[in-house]
Amino acid sequence: MRHDQTLGAMIANVSRRSFLTGVAAGSLILAAGLPVRAEEQKYAGEGMPHGLREDPKIFIAISEDGTVSVVCHRSEMGQGVRTSMPMVVADELEADWAHVKVAQAPGDEPRYGNQDTDGSRSMRHHFVTFRRMGAAARQMLEEAAAKQWGVPVAEVEAVNHEIVHKASDRRLGYGALAKAAAALPVPAREDIKLKDPAKFRYIGKGETPLIDGFDITTGKAQYGIDTRLDGMVYAVVARPPVFGGKVKSVDDAEALKVPGVLKTIAIDPTPAPAVFQPLGGIAVVATNTWAAIKGREALKIEWDDGPHASYSSDTYKATLEDAVRKPGGAVVRNDGDADKALAGATKRVEAEYYIPHLAHATMEPPAAVARIVDGKCEAWACVQSPQATRDHLSKRLGIPTENVTVNVTLLGGGFGRKSKPDYAVEAGLISKAMDGKPVKVTWTREDDITNDYFHAVSMERVEAGLDDAGKPVAWLHRSAAPTIISIFAPDPKQEADFELGMGLVDMPFDIANVRIENPAAEAHTRIGWFRSVYNIPHAFAVQSFAAELAAAAGRDQKDYLLELIGEPRQVDLRKLSVKWNYGEDPGVYLLDTKRLRGVIETVAEASKWGRTMPKGSGLGIAAHRSFVSYTAAVVEVQVGDKGELTIPRVDIAIDCGPQINPDRIRSQMEGAVVMGISLATLGEITFKNGRTEQTNFDTFEVTRIDAAPKDIHVHLVPAGDYDQPLGGVGEPGVPPIAPALTNAIFAAVGKRIRNLPIRDQLSA
Amino acid sequence: MAYTLKINGVEHTVDVDGETPLLWVLRDVIGMTGTKFGCGQALCGACTVHLDGTAVRSCQTATTDAVGAEVTTIEGLSPDGNHPVQLAWREANVPQCGYCQSGQMMQAASLLKDTPNPTDADIDSAMSGNICRCGTYPRIRAAIKQAATKMAGVQ
Repeated sequence: MRHDQTLGAMIANVSRRSFLTGVAAGSLILAAGLPVRAEEQKYAGEGMPHGLREDPKIFIAISEDGTVSVVCHRSEMGQGVRTSMPMVVADELEADWAHVKVAQAPGDEPRYGNQDTDGSRSMRHHFVTFRRMGAAARQMLEEAAAKQWGVPVAEVEAVNHEIVHKASDRRLGYGALAKAAAALPVPAREDIKLKDPAKFRYIGKGETPLIDGFDITTGKAQYGIDTRLDGMVYAVVARPPVFGGKVKSVDDAEALKVPGVLKTIAIDPTPAPAVFQPLGGIAVVATNTWAAIKGREALKIEWDDGPHASYSSDTYKATLEDAVRKPGGAVVRNDGDADKALAGATKRVEAEYYIPHLAHATMEPPAAVARIVDGKCEAWACVQSPQATRDHLSKRLGIPTENVTVNVTLLGGGFGRKSKPDYAVEAGLISKAMDGKPVKVTWTREDDITNDYFHAVSMERVEAGLDDAGKPVAWLHRSAAPTIISIFAPDPKQEADFELGMGLVDMPFDIANVRIENPAAEAHTRIGWFRSVYNIPHAFAVQSFAAELAAAAGRDQKDYLLELIGEPRQVDLRKLSVKWNYGEDPGVYLLDTKRLRGVIETVAEASKWGRTMPKGSGLGIAAHRSFVSYTAAVVEVQVGDKGELTIPRVDIAIDCGPQINPDRIRSQMEGAVVMGISLATLGEITFKNGRTEQTNFDTFEVTRIDAAPKDIHVHLVPAGDYDQPLGGVGEPGVPPIAPALTNAIFAAVGKRIRNLPIRDQLSA
Repeated sequence: MAYTLKINGVEHTVDVDGETPLLWVLRDVIGMTGTKFGCGQALCGACTVHLDGTAVRSCQTATTDAVGAEVTTIEGLSPDGNHPVQLAWREANVPQCGYCQSGQMMQAASLLKDTPNPTDADIDSAMSGNICRCGTYPRIRAAIKQAATKMAGVQ
């Protein structure tokens, strides 16, 4: 029974990310009694756990003073959802933005539908439903006014927070109509009349100020770490420094002498696969965070490091190199006969690309508050997955889900780290041990960097055969990396479909003979989603190698890249053996090479590609499809005599279909450029004896303002109309940056960077 | 032991160990959470406040060092939230997640007080201790210049 529950929960969690099919072992699924039939496959929002909810009576409230409250059930982490989603409703509702407020939903997917804020899909999945809910509410207000006036509803019109009857020059504010409108039935979907996009006031304009802008700029905004409750105590946790480790012995005598320290509490480690459950360790509870930190420093703990105590990045890198240098891995795409074509090629080119583990390092470290009153748990947390937080608290505390409330605060950065709510479960466990008292758990920066769910380390090997004209006739790519499935299932060794589908199997070049292999790799630490996920290594390899081939053929990078992509065409990704298309219907979201070419042409033109560059300067280009959007970047670099790297300018273009909040798309692109530069130039987590060698921002360095480009130009490719399917925005900007940067360095000084981060490789 | 701190013009008496960083006194003891914890090692700038008008890292400022000084936090940067830096930040929609922005704005306000018309190099030098993981740096730079223009107009 216990086993079944664990398995069931595991599957449920795996499926939370829509990668049920990603668990290679079919038996795992069948064992839990959850067979998946292909014909039941659902896509987009409907394919997510708990699907979509579309009920204006749940999402929209209008008070008698006319204030419109729109529920945002997605987590705000800087992408702008708390502004953009109410904005969509407000536009269809014909509301005055000055009278619109946002209400953050607690974790409750049966009520709100899926709340997992990840995968660049908040607007992609909800634009249409939020439009329809806004329009439905507007029609209800119109109907209420028409009834009150005794006129046909066709004669009234919503105009800027009022319903107007022109013929009699009568008008009623939304507040005055709210009660009557709320009593009316919600119009059926087929009766909902969406606004003519030509009349949009907010959608597509990018002129709406951030809804939290005033609070953020005055210090009033509340993040998870800012939660304060009466009688609250503060905790930090000493966690095993090695993944899978546990406490052998602890002496807390000195810790308890630290002024302010109240208690120490043992948290049991969670057996692997732990999903989002805590690592375990010793919690120190005190009257303030500082006392808890000092108390923790005074703990004497002997650790049993467990099975991963010998994990070291240098030897692991060699293991990955071995893996990609020989055949035998799972063949995940096989078009034509790559071996035969390679053997017959005029010229062969090969290269290997390495990216180390990365830490998310959200500026707000993980933090949560929980209390337990009368058998009910209430938590306040900066989480991307409020329902998973609820489920994991419920499971670990033995409290039914309906008695667990998760209040979602603002997130001081997410980047995928806060999809994993282990810290909220810690708060619940410590509160339980403190008789239900409110407890705030704060992760210090050292905790965050040493015990993260790391971005996977990866090795990519690509080999191509060129014909006489320098055109590839064969492409052989082997990609090895530990899989995220390792936190959900015991010892998986292959990448899941959702990882392979991120720029590897869906490689877009028009080459006749392609074989892509995935050799086995083991995980020795917690692996987790990091913004853009496996697109980062895949795009780095594919887009670097494209430039290497151009150089081998003596061709211009951009022209050659366009030729690799080939003529504009729409490809059904299933024909390329792709089994996962970001959860979207492959019949709706095709690989559209015209759009991929379009973003390349946009950045090439904007950056004046082909211009003569001074000595030591160069331009690099890269393009990538991810999260069903298309991005391309041109990076300009200057390399000094001693290898000093400066990046004066970056042009980035995105084609994400219809643009809802252009200002937030621009800001996401700007941020993606900086994050891409950060991981390419500085980002690196290395392990020695199972422990990270980095602990804080002095050793895990990130890009600062002085190294960030002074000039970032964002180019938004216009969509045809608002009926086109939407693409993602939060993540697609990152993948092209690292390869565009290293391609630029090659153009500037002829040095090819294949191992990230760049650090001092240019001065060597 | 009891210490009296003057924060945003108001005196607060707190009973803490004198070594306790001002950051934790502000956040946990007094309950002013606008000043953020980011690294605890003066590496990220999220906890920046003013001590007698100059930007300092409150995570490395002992309570005893703040006694007798005028402490200004983001909550007290202006009475109504309309310091030129705050206005410029909002006009440019600078924040993404917003978490580091208290520290960024306190650092920027300190820079502009000393250097009313900063060059890019001045901005790099003054602001490179403040990390923004969302990457809002281009807008921070633009907003600082905008705030400088606003302040010049006022004077």
